[in-house]
Amino acid sequence: MQYNWNWGVLFQEPYYGWLLSGLRWTVLVTLGAWTIALMLGTAVGIARTWPNRAVRTLGAAYVEIFRNVPVLLQLFLWFYVLPELVPDGLGRWLKRDLPLPEFWTAVLCLGFYAASRVAEQVRSGIEALSRGQLQAALASGLTLPQAYRLVLLPIGFRLIVPPLTSEFLSIVRTSSVALTIGLLELTAQSRQIENYTFQGFESFAAATALYFGIALAATLLMHLIERRTAIAGMVGKGSLGGV
Amino acid sequence: MSAAVILAEGVEKWFGAAHVLKGCSLSVSRGEVVVICGPSGSGKSTFIKCMNGLEPFQRGRILVEGVSVGEPATDLPKLRARIGMVFQHFELYPHKSVIENITLAPMHVLKRSRGEAEDGARALLRRVGLADKDRAFPSELSGGQQQRVAIARALAMEPVAMLFDEPTSALDPEMISEVLDVIGQLAAEGMTMVVVTHEMGFARAAADRVAFMDAGRVLEDRPTAEFFENPEAGRSKMFLSKILRH
Repeated sequence: MQYNWNWGVLFQEPYYGWLLSGLRWTVLVTLGAWTIALMLGTAVGIARTWPNRAVRTLGAAYVEIFRNVPVLLQLFLWFYVLPELVPDGLGRWLKRDLPLPEFWTAVLCLGFYAASRVAEQVRSGIEALSRGQLQAALASGLTLPQAYRLVLLPIGFRLIVPPLTSEFLSIVRTSSVALTIGLLELTAQSRQIENYTFQGFESFAAATALYFGIALAATLLMHLIERRTAIAGMVGKGSLGGV
Repeated sequence: MSAAVILAEGVEKWFGAAHVLKGCSLSVSRGEVVVICGPSGSGKSTFIKCMNGLEPFQRGRILVEGVSVGEPATDLPKLRARIGMVFQHFELYPHKSVIENITLAPMHVLKRSRGEAEDGARALLRRVGLADKDRAFPSELSGGQQQRVAIARALAMEPVAMLFDEPTSALDPEMISEVLDVIGQLAAEGMTMVVVTHEMGFARAAADRVAFMDAGRVLEDRPTAEFFENPEAGRSKMFLSKILRH
């Protein structure tokens, strides 16, 4: 194979700038989607464990829909189909006036998708607790929302920091599908560099290294959070002290 | 006799097809200590959890200070705030220190200030003999200590009555007495309480009345001395002879 290695291309303008810009979009999409996923996923996860059956069913329906439709298809639905389904005015706004449409569509799509996965983790965290914890909280006069806020969620979230790390990393990787609706994130930019320079090995290696860097940073951060919030005598694994 | 603090009449409950409570009645007056005993699976724990609405029931009624537990319009958190409960497996909050376990409900339900709640908690910890453990976490305590904290946590709400659901069943034998001593002391101070327990020595010493349950029914409900000296039902005689032999 004849291949002219040229790692220097990565540090030349405009390619260097393209890579940084791609990295920036990947990080922004991931953080935006993660924010939605955490908030919505927590709400849906709570719904999945709520005593009221109708609420539980709604939560389950959400999870099944968003978890089982391929992300790429969901992205197309958000981008191409949704503007046609909503009332005319809103559809026109989505198609014509929404600033950064690729970006916001990717954030919403990945956020709603990841929320279904976060919801399952939140549910498993809550269900890992003994039923007695909820009963004790309720018996003391706390309302159900208070029992979730003060007892079930603080313990449940500590148990699911490791799987939540995986979900976060999964969004980082999945964000690359946004290139299909034209968002020039990291994968798209590395492909563009390849197109312009024919230095595919270098540009894809750079993208790989940058994804890896994000993953490493996220893992370290989550590890730190896990250690800071650890409960004395509770070494993960859902073993509640004394029970 | 004053009006009952807790009054249960003909309570029936099904878990799916299983008929677990078959018309249970019990009346607990102010200051009275009632022990509920009986074999495992007789419905004791379920019955006591119906009393503060932790377990729903399908028929009959339970009144706590005249308020109907089963009524959909009843403000259950408000009702429960007046009834302390202690569980078999302690159920302390593992992410909170001992003092935080005790102050949580007073601060969030009774809206006490942290300082006020902590003063009350420290007084209660002294009372259960754990004044030096306020900053410890539940996992750092023995079972007996955890259960005493759980009792302090329930008392922090200044309840009108206490429910104990097998408070010593999950304890090592040498820790049972330290917990029973605290409960006995409460009884002596006039706390109204319902205690589900197999500790017949405790029942004899502290209870005003003993109710015997079997297969979802209250078979016997009599003054303590009578119950032990002359149990009526054949089933409770058999139970007593087995449990008192050792």
